[in-house]
Amino acid sequence: MPSGANAPIIKMDGVEKRFGNFAALDNVSLDVAEGERVVVCGPSGSGKSTLIRCVNALENHDKGAITVDGVLLDRSSQSLDAVKAATGMVFQQFNLFPHISVLDNLTLGPIRARGFSKSDAQAHAMTYLERVKIPEQAEKFPRQLSGGQQQRVAIARALAMEPRIMLFDEPTSALDPEMISEVLDVMSELANSGMTMIVVTHEMGFARQVADQMVFMDQGKIVEMAKPEAFFTAPKSNRAADFLRKILHH
Amino acid sequence: MTRLFAAIALLGLSGCSSSLQWYVVNPNTTTGWNNLKFLLSGLQHTILLSVTAIVVSIVIGLLVALPGLSTRRHWRAVNQTYVEIVRAVPILVLILWVYYGLPTLAGISISVFWAGVVALALSDSAFEAEIFRAGIQSIDKGQYEAAHSVSLNYVDTMRFVILPQAIKRILPALGNQLVYMLKMSSLVSVIGMQELTRKANELVVTEYRPLEIYTILVLEYLVLILIVSQGVRWLERRMSADEAR
Repeated sequence: MPSGANAPIIKMDGVEKRFGNFAALDNVSLDVAEGERVVVCGPSGSGKSTLIRCVNALENHDKGAITVDGVLLDRSSQSLDAVKAATGMVFQQFNLFPHISVLDNLTLGPIRARGFSKSDAQAHAMTYLERVKIPEQAEKFPRQLSGGQQQRVAIARALAMEPRIMLFDEPTSALDPEMISEVLDVMSELANSGMTMIVVTHEMGFARQVADQMVFMDQGKIVEMAKPEAFFTAPKSNRAADFLRKILHH
Repeated sequence: MTRLFAAIALLGLSGCSSSLQWYVVNPNTTTGWNNLKFLLSGLQHTILLSVTAIVVSIVIGLLVALPGLSTRRHWRAVNQTYVEIVRAVPILVLILWVYYGLPTLAGISISVFWAGVVALALSDSAFEAEIFRAGIQSIDKGQYEAAHSVSLNYVDTMRFVILPQAIKRILPALGNQLVYMLKMSSLVSVIGMQELTRKANELVVTEYRPLEIYTILVLEYLVLILIVSQGVRWLERRMSADEAR
C-alpha cells in the first residue's frame, strides 16, 4: 500500500520490545514525515538504538505497529524485504565488509539485491564515494582507512542502495575526536538534500543544527519530543534537563 | 623429527643391528628398488583418497554446520544428532559398514575407493561441521546486520560476507584435518584399497621383513605429513600476518 501524500513515512504506534524482563521499548509512538530529520538522544540503555533497529527490522518488536514507507512490518518476508529496501543503516562500529575492497562494499548490495550489472554498480558506487569525498579510496580495503573514512564509506554504502530513509546508530561514537567533524559534515549535507533521517547521537551541536525534531528517551520511553530550539533552551522534563546538563558540560 | 630421521638412517646405514636387513628395500639392488617402487606406488592413492575425502567432508560439514547456527531448536537438533552419532562410530567400523553393509542396504555397488571416500568423509564431516560452526560464530554480529541493511538474503549473506571471512579463519584447522585424514586413510587398507599401508602389508606377506618394510611405511607417512604440516604452518603465518596488516 503506497503512503498517502501527508502520511508519515515512518509510523510507530504503541511499540514494545522486550529482552527477557527488560523493556527496551515501552509503548513508543513516533511519526516521522518524509524529509524530516529526527535526532534521538538519551542516556545509555534508554532504547534509542532499539528504536531505530526496530524500524529496519534488525529487531522484531513484540507489540504495537510499525509502518515504514507504507508497509506494515508483520514479520512476513515481503514486508521485511520492503522495509530493508526503504531504509539504509549506518552503525556505530561501521560494520564494513573487511575482506573486500571499498568499491566492492558499495557494489555488493546493488548487484545482488537490485540486479545492477557490475559496471553499472561500480559507476553508481563511484558517484556515492565522490559524494562522501573519498573516491580515491575505492580500491583500498577498509582496514587501510581511518575511522572517519570508514564511516564515510559506510554512509556511501547505505546510500548506494538508494533508500528513502537513513538511520544512524551513534555514527560518531567510535571515532577519534578529530574525525567526528568529517562524518558530521557528510551527514549535514545529506540532511540538506532532503533525506529522511533518524539519527541516534550525543552530538548536540549537530542536533541543534540539523534536527527538525528532538526525541529524548529514557528507560524505553519517549519522555520528550520538541523542536531543537525549545528542547535545548527549555526542556520540559527534569530527566531531559539533567541529561542535557551532563552532556553539554562534560 | 629430524633427529628421529637421523637415528633411523644411522641405524640402517651402520647395519649395527643384526635384526635389520635392509636389502629388502635397498635401492642399489634390483629387488630392493622394485620393492621400494611397489611401496611408493600406494602414495598417489593415499593422496587422492585423502584429498577427495577432505573435499567431500568439507561440503558435508558445511551443510551440517548451517542448521547448527539456527535460532530454531529443531534445526539445531538436526546438527547435534548428526554430530553426536557420527562422532561415536569408530572410523574402521564405518569403513567396514560402508563397504560391506551399504551396498546391500541401498542396492548399489560401490568401489573400494568410493567406499573409503564416503566413510572417511562422513566420519570427518562431524569435526568439519564443528570447525565451521565455530568459525562462522566467530564472525561479528555486525556483519550480518550490515548484510541485512544492504538487502542481502541469507544465501548471499553467507556466500559473500560470512563464509569468506570464516573460511579464512578456519583454514589452519581445515589443514589439520587434512593431516588427520592422511593418517586415517591407512585404515582403508582393510577393504583392499591399494594405498601406502596396503602396499606395505602385501610386501610383508611376500618378503617376511615387517620391521624394515613398516619402518619405510612410517617414513613415508612422516615425510608426507611433515610436508602438509609445514604447509599448514605457512598458511597460519600468512593468515596472522594478514590479520595484523
